[in-house]
Amino acid sequence: MIGRHKHCLGLADYSREEIVEVLDLAVSMKEVLQRPIKKVPSLRGKSVVNLFFEASTRTRSSFEVAAKVLSADALNWTASASSVTKGETLIDTVRNLEAMRPDVIVIRHSAGGAPGLVASRVGCAVISAGDGAHEHPSQGLLDCFTLREKLGTLEGKTIAIVGDITHSRVARSDIYGLLALGARVRVCGPPTMIPPGVERLGATVHHALREAVAGADAVIMLRIQHERIGDPLIPSTREYSRLWGLNARKAAEWLTPGCLVMHPGPINRGVELEPDVADGARSVILDQVENGVAVRMALLYLLAGGPEAAAEAKTSARA
Amino acid sequence: MNAAEIDRALDRLAAEVAARARAEDGEKGLAIVGIRRGGVHLAERLRARLANRIGVTPPAGTIDIALYRDDLDEKGAVPVVGPTDVRFPVDGKTILLVDDVLYTGRTVRAALDELVDFGRPRRVWLLVLVDRGGRELPIAADFVGTRLSAAPQDDVQVRLTEAGAAADAVIVTRRPS
Amino acid sequence: MADLLFIEGGRVIDPASGTDAVRTVVIRDGLVAEVAERVERPREARAIDARGRWVTPGFIDLHVHLREPGQEYKETVATGAAAAVAGGFTAICAMPNTRPVNDTAAVTELVLARAAAAGLARVYPVGCISKGSAGEELAEYGELKQAGCVALSDDGKPVMNAALMRRALEYARAFGLPLTVHEEDLALVGKGVMHEGAVSTRLGLNGIPGQAEDVMVLRDLALAELTGGRLHIAHISTRGAVRAVREAKRRGLPVTAEVTPHHLALTDEDLAASGYSTDYKMNPPLRAQDDVDACREGLADGTLDAIATDHAPHAVQEKDVEFDVAANGIVGLETAFPVCLELVRRGLLAERRLVEALTAAPAAAFGLPGGRLARGAPADVAVLDPAAEWVVAPERLRSKSKNSPWKGRRLTGRCTHTVVGGRIVHEEGRADR
Repeated sequence: MIGRHKHCLGLADYSREEIVEVLDLAVSMKEVLQRPIKKVPSLRGKSVVNLFFEASTRTRSSFEVAAKVLSADALNWTASASSVTKGETLIDTVRNLEAMRPDVIVIRHSAGGAPGLVASRVGCAVISAGDGAHEHPSQGLLDCFTLREKLGTLEGKTIAIVGDITHSRVARSDIYGLLALGARVRVCGPPTMIPPGVERLGATVHHALREAVAGADAVIMLRIQHERIGDPLIPSTREYSRLWGLNARKAAEWLTPGCLVMHPGPINRGVELEPDVADGARSVILDQVENGVAVRMALLYLLAGGPEAAAEAKTSARA
Repeated sequence: MNAAEIDRALDRLAAEVAARARAEDGEKGLAIVGIRRGGVHLAERLRARLANRIGVTPPAGTIDIALYRDDLDEKGAVPVVGPTDVRFPVDGKTILLVDDVLYTGRTVRAALDELVDFGRPRRVWLLVLVDRGGRELPIAADFVGTRLSAAPQDDVQVRLTEAGAAADAVIVTRRPS
Repeated sequence: MADLLFIEGGRVIDPASGTDAVRTVVIRDGLVAEVAERVERPREARAIDARGRWVTPGFIDLHVHLREPGQEYKETVATGAAAAVAGGFTAICAMPNTRPVNDTAAVTELVLARAAAAGLARVYPVGCISKGSAGEELAEYGELKQAGCVALSDDGKPVMNAALMRRALEYARAFGLPLTVHEEDLALVGKGVMHEGAVSTRLGLNGIPGQAEDVMVLRDLALAELTGGRLHIAHISTRGAVRAVREAKRRGLPVTAEVTPHHLALTDEDLAASGYSTDYKMNPPLRAQDDVDACREGLADGTLDAIATDHAPHAVQEKDVEFDVAANGIVGLETAFPVCLELVRRGLLAERRLVEALTAAPAAAFGLPGGRLARGAPADVAVLDPAAEWVVAPERLRSKSKNSPWKGRRLTGRCTHTVVGGRIVHEEGRADR
């Protein structure tokens, strides 16, 4: 049961049953989001702190909305706004925040493993909103949720992930989640963007987009950063777009009619996705955003609720 | 209670509801909402009987009160949330809220809070198969199948064939102290 | 009516098929129809009398500087292609360090268009490893491959940035393009203008140690192992580099290498004997005798897969200056065969291996068509007279530039006919086509 996980730091340690538990709960949460009054009192009196060391409007807002729908109080804390610039360490920052008795800390940080470090030092629950290139568990879960909702099941389905796999935490969480639910995963991109040993995670590697998407039930397009200085992985976004970008013609000729197109956002229109595909009939990108709130509600409900969570919060604040 | 007694109780309850609805001009606006999980099948059975009596099938829905509980910090694990499905507009309706056993009243309080988040009903009537006493909140049922006096260490269960029981029954078991 | 060409009575040496015997090569409509012992020649067929001569697949040169676009005063695609076929080469790879460099489809297409117009040797363009050959950003390999490039190089310069070389090897894998690399560590090269050794001390010229080449070869072999990329070492010249490649091949690394005729034939002592002649100045420089010995052994045992000329034309004003400032490079297309044949005469190289190093091996290294006399394949053939003596008269060289250390010397061995796609594009003794 997911209850055995006090934190949500990554999907690599989640079993299939645990992932299904979160997805099933998210179904009910999504129903709440469709009511006229989008509020339930479940986490009334609880507080959720969004501790974001990396800029992010969408994920942060998504967690904020999720907390508020559950009637929890949400506090946003961004790195530039604060004492990090005055040289305060991560642990000190978190300890100070903890004195205000949050029930959940949602943290995004550029260093892989940072949420784990925080989790080892605080009493409340910690949810990772993305750490370096390591994991982005709530994104992985919402991608699985979206695909399960649209395809019925992920068992035996083929999903292709296209882009800079090496630097993508979304890709890793997606791989773990999709494999746990019985899907087959292909990763695709220029050889410079495929990390060594990715096959050992369970994905097959393709360099040609056409092959990677042939017969796939869904393709997840990742954002390409050309601004990587000092170690350029591609010569230009122009060439990347010609060879690995998805436009209407390639979609029509290479994708099966029912194949879905996903993207974690924000989209580099014209690079990995042309606007007509991003906004086209196969695209479930906006569903992903809606489902993101439901999935995050499920995570908050599971981690903030419960007697252990309450007891820990009380003792650690006193410590 | 045995199966035959439960059957007769439901017939009587349906008659009472129909009579009151007619008297207070609520027939057209009647809707039935079963509280998961105990009230769901009872709500279905009542719906069929009421349809016979008032000549029209009232809309029906199900609510799960897990997200509205007030005891999240006290229970063991975090409670499992089931589906809530209320597809008809709630405004102005006469809602017949149905559950199997009425005890502390907390479940009904949560159900009322949730119901009210869907809209503003004209009125809400509470129907339970068993009232076992032991209220902790000022909640009373408008329609009761049977009353019994149960001690705190008693476990009162309504078993129904739709839920897999061999036969309908109301069972009281005393837990060892 | 079929277009027939018979090449009769010659010793056909085709290493790819294992043929080394007197045969007649029949070419029909531009393709090799058959290679047979005795064939009846119809009256309307043209014939080349190849008795006493060698008949081989047309030579393939993986490393040629054609100087067009931008420096047409010293060579053009057309003149370079003419020099090629005069030397028995039916296909050449054009290096990208032109002006502008070949890092775009536009330049690649220009080179191909000029080659098509000349109608002589086939020209396979090589694209840049980095944009502008500046060694900072990857060039667009997808575009270059699509335009017709067969390999990538920043020749003329090393790729000093190891991270860029790593990414280049990785990225090129997506397109199946080999990287042909010019290996020298610029910091170790410094102001060197010749091989560092006893001779440079005597001549008082700044030297380039052989290790300047070795460290980069070792680095890139390691990167090739890391990335699984296709590495080809250009113009190897040191014993250290030869040893490194041999060891890497023994470990199973898919690396290939080339060596120039001049690095097989000349040493720094020859440079000294020439009296500071800039026709002996090139990069990598002429090395010591044991380096040359190592290269000869490496070629014989297959460590060095192919012979490639690094044909580097320069105009008089670029060479007729002090040794320190003279441009690096010599022309080599028209003298490659006789210079390498000398090794055969001295027992240092087998005939078959020589032919293989000029035909099947270069084709295999870059995945190029040709390099063999296969039935049904386009007929690219060279007819060579191993005994023909001739003097290298600068005015008779087809290349626009005459910077060769064999200028005015007598050489033995010459290409008499060259056939490309069934057309005779070179015939020694005939007026220039």
